[in-house]
Amino acid sequence: MTAIAATDDIPVQRRSAWRRLIQRRGAAVGLVVVVAFVLLALFAPLIAPYDPTATNFLRVRKPPSLEHWMGTDEIGRDVMSRLIFGARASLQAGVISVMIAVLLGVPLGLLSGYAKGWVDSLMMRIVDALLACPFLILAIAMAAFLGPSLTNAMIAIGITTMPIFIRLVRGQVLAVTVEDYVEAARALGNPHLRIAVRHVLPNIVAPVLVQSTLAIAAAIIAESALSFLGLGQQPPAPSWGSMLNVARQFMSQAPWMSWWPGLAIVLVVLAFNLLGDGLRDALDPKET
Amino acid sequence: MLTYVIRRVLVSIPTIVFISIVVFGLQLLLPGDPALALAGEERDPQVIAELRRMYHLDEPVWKQYLIWIGNVLQGDLGESIRLKVSVSDLVAAKLPVTLELAAMAMLIALLIGIPMGIVSAVRKESLLDYSANAVGLAGLSIPNFWLGIMMILLFSVQLGWLPASGFVKPSESLSQNLATLIMPAIVLGTGIAAIFMRHTRSAMLAVLRSDYVRTARAKGLREPRVVYRHALRNAIIPVVTLGAIQFGELMGGAVLTEQIFSIPGFGKLIVDAVFNRDYAVVQGVVLCTGTGFIFLNLCADLIYVVVNPRMRG
Repeated sequence: MTAIAATDDIPVQRRSAWRRLIQRRGAAVGLVVVVAFVLLALFAPLIAPYDPTATNFLRVRKPPSLEHWMGTDEIGRDVMSRLIFGARASLQAGVISVMIAVLLGVPLGLLSGYAKGWVDSLMMRIVDALLACPFLILAIAMAAFLGPSLTNAMIAIGITTMPIFIRLVRGQVLAVTVEDYVEAARALGNPHLRIAVRHVLPNIVAPVLVQSTLAIAAAIIAESALSFLGLGQQPPAPSWGSMLNVARQFMSQAPWMSWWPGLAIVLVVLAFNLLGDGLRDALDPKET
Repeated sequence: MLTYVIRRVLVSIPTIVFISIVVFGLQLLLPGDPALALAGEERDPQVIAELRRMYHLDEPVWKQYLIWIGNVLQGDLGESIRLKVSVSDLVAAKLPVTLELAAMAMLIALLIGIPMGIVSAVRKESLLDYSANAVGLAGLSIPNFWLGIMMILLFSVQLGWLPASGFVKPSESLSQNLATLIMPAIVLGTGIAAIFMRHTRSAMLAVLRSDYVRTARAKGLREPRVVYRHALRNAIIPVVTLGAIQFGELMGGAVLTEQIFSIPGFGKLIVDAVFNRDYAVVQGVVLCTGTGFIFLNLCADLIYVVVNPRMRG
């Protein structure tokens, strides 16, 4: 019975959640900006006016002009082209590190909430310990031991983001497993794994989706912070964080070098935050 | 209440043990032979053998951990390979600088975040509320290292009002000390102010809808009294505990802020250590911040019990 009712309901629910999402002006704007940056990253070679790594020593630190809309950097590279290619590093880091966090965190959270007992207490102490070490400090330490690279930065951000998902999923599981329909499924003799996958998992999709969107925003900031410190994307490959790191040395001679990468980070992060807030409201009909 | 306090203290112990395991485990991430990594540029086999013996790298991992944690418990966090100073001394020297910065940032965050949260809850869906929300969202989305660069551009490069970098000890000159720290503290505080604002707002909204606030209004109390005496008192409790949780955020943010403003604190210590492959220092800093965070949270929970009469029993 429950299975039939559920399959009938889901498309309707999803459609109305989608409508609620795009009706929110903030969320709609966020979505448009995110899509725009994704397109920018995907089609970077077609959109960027110059090669992002091509140096030109005749055009060192030129302010914004018709030829170079965002100016040039300390070795004559086009800032706008680097910014467009830099979107790849940021979005990649945001999405992949959160994927790592979700793929590790969700099963562990399910296990923790479902197994209860000593497995749960052990897991929660580990989560507490990981959450106690400041996110960025732990990510810096991990990136330091793994060695500086974009891949290692993503691993470090992913692992430090994971405990939030473990705790979120565990909480949801504890709340769902006392529901009548889960009791009923258990009374019918369904195996644990089946209950976890068929009945518990669908209930945690919405909160995980919301948390993932907000986590992508945090991960993009974290990646740019690590790259800013020199622990992420390595030169000459462009990334917004490493562009800011170089720009810092030319603050009085070439301030435009530090305007654009920062603005790009703010825009993308703001868009993901707006989208996450909108998703939370849209997926939770109780919230008005 | 006493049993609660004892239980709460006991629960922190395994967490601290796990933090130490995480911190120790970091060195297992080192690619290749850790003795070679520790040796850095040094390729002399004798030095490498010495390092291997010094760090017990030939022993099994669990034994290495036990030796390491035994030393840590005696206050010995190892030695900085580059500076040839004990890590504990380094931490003790740098920590006060970061704590001063963090305290100033926290003060700024509280002074901006809580009033903004109250106003936007009381004037819900007004222009003030919308602008407070916009500022809050911006505070969460602007990376503090970029905000720092922009502030230096404006206040140091353009206007010349404040020094762009450096640090003066308060014992040398308090006014100079404040001048060097005010910009970093604002940079570090704004993100946290935004978090305080959002939480105060939602806590206030929940409390303002509650029955006892309606009763207070029905009694004919003036609105300011209802808001500040009745509503705020209850709404503020979860926000204060949030303050302890934000400590981690502050320490993480301090790393970047100190880097931008060249402040010789904890954050600069870990970044310099990372680039000098000074792993004992990295581990020491992570261990200290993690333990500090657990301790602060313990204090916050205990204060929570003391201020909240319903928790006493």
